[in-house]
Amino acid sequence: MAKQRWFSIRRDMTPRARLALGIASFLLPLLLWCIVSYVPFVWHPKVLISDPGAVDYMEPGMLVDKDVFNDEVRNMRQEKLAPPKGSPANPVYLPAPHEVAKAFYTAFTTPPAQSDDPWLHQSLWHSIKIIFWGFLLSSVIGVPLGIICGTYGRLARLVEPFIEFFRYLPAPAFGALMVAILGIYDGPKVAIIVIGTLFQQVLVIANTARKLDFTLLEAAMTLGTTRFKLITHVVVPGILPDLYRDQRILLGWAWTYLIVAELVGTSSGITWFITQQARYQHFDNVYAAIMMIGILGLGFDLLLARLGKRLFPWDQATGKA
Amino acid sequence: MNTEQPLYLQQEPAVRERFARIREREVILEVKHLGKTYDSAQGPVHALKDINFRIHRRELICVIGPSGCGKSTLIRMLAGLDNHSAGEILLDGKSVDGPGSDRGMVFQGYTLFPWLTVKQNVMFGPRMQGQGKTQAEREALQWLELVGLEKFADAYPHQLSGGMKQRVAIARALVNQPRILLMDEPFGALDAQTRAKMQAHLLDIWKNIDLTILFITHDLDEATYLADRILVLKAHPGEVQEFIEVPVPRPRHPGQNLTEAYRATKARLEELIHPPEPPASEEEEIKPHLIRLTRVNDNVE
Repeated sequence: MAKQRWFSIRRDMTPRARLALGIASFLLPLLLWCIVSYVPFVWHPKVLISDPGAVDYMEPGMLVDKDVFNDEVRNMRQEKLAPPKGSPANPVYLPAPHEVAKAFYTAFTTPPAQSDDPWLHQSLWHSIKIIFWGFLLSSVIGVPLGIICGTYGRLARLVEPFIEFFRYLPAPAFGALMVAILGIYDGPKVAIIVIGTLFQQVLVIANTARKLDFTLLEAAMTLGTTRFKLITHVVVPGILPDLYRDQRILLGWAWTYLIVAELVGTSSGITWFITQQARYQHFDNVYAAIMMIGILGLGFDLLLARLGKRLFPWDQATGKA
Repeated sequence: MNTEQPLYLQQEPAVRERFARIREREVILEVKHLGKTYDSAQGPVHALKDINFRIHRRELICVIGPSGCGKSTLIRMLAGLDNHSAGEILLDGKSVDGPGSDRGMVFQGYTLFPWLTVKQNVMFGPRMQGQGKTQAEREALQWLELVGLEKFADAYPHQLSGGMKQRVAIARALVNQPRILLMDEPFGALDAQTRAKMQAHLLDIWKNIDLTILFITHDLDEATYLADRILVLKAHPGEVQEFIEVPVPRPRHPGQNLTEAYRATKARLEELIHPPEPPASEEEEIKPHLIRLTRVNDNVE
């Protein structure tokens, strides 16, 4: 019975079950992380020295490999000297959940190392601005072009083959070129996001426009709609809910290009924060910053999904999305 | 009455008089030597060949024919959605080129705009014609009332049943006051009960307003019940087989399907659509070979 429920194909669930499963999808990885962090006999390949004993190179607070520690304990025992003491520990690059949780708070309250460096919230805001301008610029070109390609077959044939080619060129490869053209500050970063998003955007939206039921266009024509008005009065409103969904997915892609974009020219934004903290081996801060990107991205998406339901009351698909 | 003539050609005096009056009305649609040729891998295919007919004002014409006879192609060419490769289509004596609001169309599938409410759907035509919002709205509500859906003015199409959607589609076409209303199997997707209601409703509308209708169907009863004249097409190539004047007197009602005139007309249509010795088509070559897969004495009949 339980097996049947887990593997029932595309059945609707109760809202409670949906919520419970959604929470569980976050709790499961967290549980795994907790087990690895807090259960001493799971993994823990290192030993945190609390008392070096007679080993001359060890100090309290030092992390050594388990093998090295065990060897030294054996050596000291043979020589009848005080063996070192320590507790199992994980490598420095895997902090425990509570450390990351604390870093979430302290990262915002700790002043930057140098007084002219940005605070974390300033870094985050800078990243959001880069995404915003990159995605806006890409959409201003990509959405109309996509709709035109999806409506007029000849124009699509003229435009799409080149775009198909261009979308395989990795956006980061244009980093140096963009710096040469646009300088070292925000210009090339926005450009990388545009290059990463635009070409996919044209093709995705053209495809969406092509999926519009052709009889709707025919019906409009028999009602006396001119060719130009077809685009504005039938194609655009007809694909709007799907277009909105596409844009949500594409915005996610724009976020994935953020880190590369911010490494171009002078490092900036959340990426600058991450690389700084990694340099000082503050990996709790690194994890906190990576998670902030995830939370921001998912938060935006949920917000847009909510908004979409209000904007398109006729669209039944959004109810299920 | 002339007994030499086949039954379906015999008309009561009232019916004959009515047809004479119809013939005196002006011609709305004239089709001259209309043809449509497709290019296929096997060379050019004649979908339609040398179609000629005239439709007078306020006539209700049905077009029937076997599948593949090109009745959909014909109506799409009349609507201007497909190009014709030969001949001429004249609406009020003027040649037709491309789609226009002078020829309204109701499609078989549901083609209401899902993002517009019922009222906005009906307003779409007038708005495209550059009418003001209040004027368009007033007209839309008037036509919605005519199809009995004024209560659903603010509903979205997905909230309506199939029959209601087609009523709105009719209102949406009629609000433009087209010279002719083209209907491509509009009730084909509806269940039998709804379909009968819609047929009666269409006749009511047609009676009350200045409307000429060309109606495509594959349902012989529907054609006989609705039509003044039935244009029978045949397939390969699509040609006019006969243009039958339906001898069933008006006003029509469902009880007439037992009268002699009705039965004779339907029999003639059957004869034309399903000829007694059909040429072996692909469909008929499929002969299922049945073997018994249940116990010998487990009989259902």
